Amino acid sequence: MNLSMLNLLPFIEWVAASPLSKAISTSTWAFAVIESIHLLALSVIGGAVLIVDLKLLGYGIRTQTLAEVARDAQKWFLSSWAVMIVTGLLLFWSEPQKLYYSTPFAVKMICLLLGTIFALTVRRRVTLAGEGRVPPMVMKLVALVSLALWFGVGAGGRWIGFSG
Amino acid sequence: MSLLPFCQWLADTSGSIALHESLFMYPLVESAHVLTLCLFLGMAIMFDLRLLGLTLTRVPITEIKSRLGPWMVAGFCVMVITGALLFYAIPVRSYQSLWFRLKVIALILAGLNAFVFHAGIDRRVAEWDLAPTPPPAARRAGATSLILWAVIVVAGRMIAYNWFDCDKQPQPRVVNVFAGCVVPPAGGGR
Repeated sequence: MNLSMLNLLPFIEWVAASPLSKAISTSTWAFAVIESIHLLALSVIGGAVLIVDLKLLGYGIRTQTLAEVARDAQKWFLSSWAVMIVTGLLLFWSEPQKLYYSTPFAVKMICLLLGTIFALTVRRRVTLAGEGRVPPMVMKLVALVSLALWFGVGAGGRWIGFSG
Repeated sequence: MSLLPFCQWLADTSGSIALHESLFMYPLVESAHVLTLCLFLGMAIMFDLRLLGLTLTRVPITEIKSRLGPWMVAGFCVMVITGALLFYAIPVRSYQSLWFRLKVIALILAGLNAFVFHAGIDRRVAEWDLAPTPPPAARRAGATSLILWAVIVVAGRMIAYNWFDCDKQPQPRVVNVFAGCVVPPAGGGR
């Protein structure tokens, strides 16, 4: 399975032929620097996701309500998400053909899409509703789905580098 | 004192060769190392941001420490174990890597920063546990930690690149000295 199922080849070729793509892929440092920023944002988004999911699982901070922790984490989540997307797009721009045919990349994109939608809909509603209004089992399930999807994004991303 | 002979010996052990040449073990260990960043560094960043008064400002410092601390410690243990395995798989190149050395120095500084924090302002945490903006010494510790961990992450990622590798000569003298490259003198010596 890979993104070639979407028949995007003309787009992929247009990206590969763009000056930006050539600039990044021929530069010695550009890819490494962008990748490093991508990785730093990963640490932040990891913390922002975990702090809420741990609370949903019953292992987080106790002195504040779920809604307060979620609201606090949201700004770090959204800002690091934006950095991930911008740097991720630049990385994609530099090697679109490789990623077009990469299975780990397809897995990552599917998990990213689902994870983002889940974070902004179901998980957001459950966290803002707060304790007592949602059954504990549902809160735990939401946390596990969230963790699984973001794990898929991270693991898929790391595995792109190992496969051809 | 050079650890090069030890690293060369380590590289010749069967375990090191097996890990280095393994199809799945090495990528798995490296993935675990990178993804555990989310657990260890993610929690550490939240704590540092709290020290800076930038997040969770109404949560007591001690509450964050007692609730997130165990996750941070668990993540740190995984990072150390997987990191040691990665070094074990590629000892000589890592030892002679400019980036690896930079990472080790930053790690030591991060440890010192944590020690200074715990031995200093953290002892009087009861006085500022609830302060939305902690005292300057605590904020300094948080900022220093964030900067050092960023250096550690970036340097760690850069180890994969061979720009400054010892077998890629000529390198600027400062690179060879800092990376501990063993380079024959120019001009063949006579």
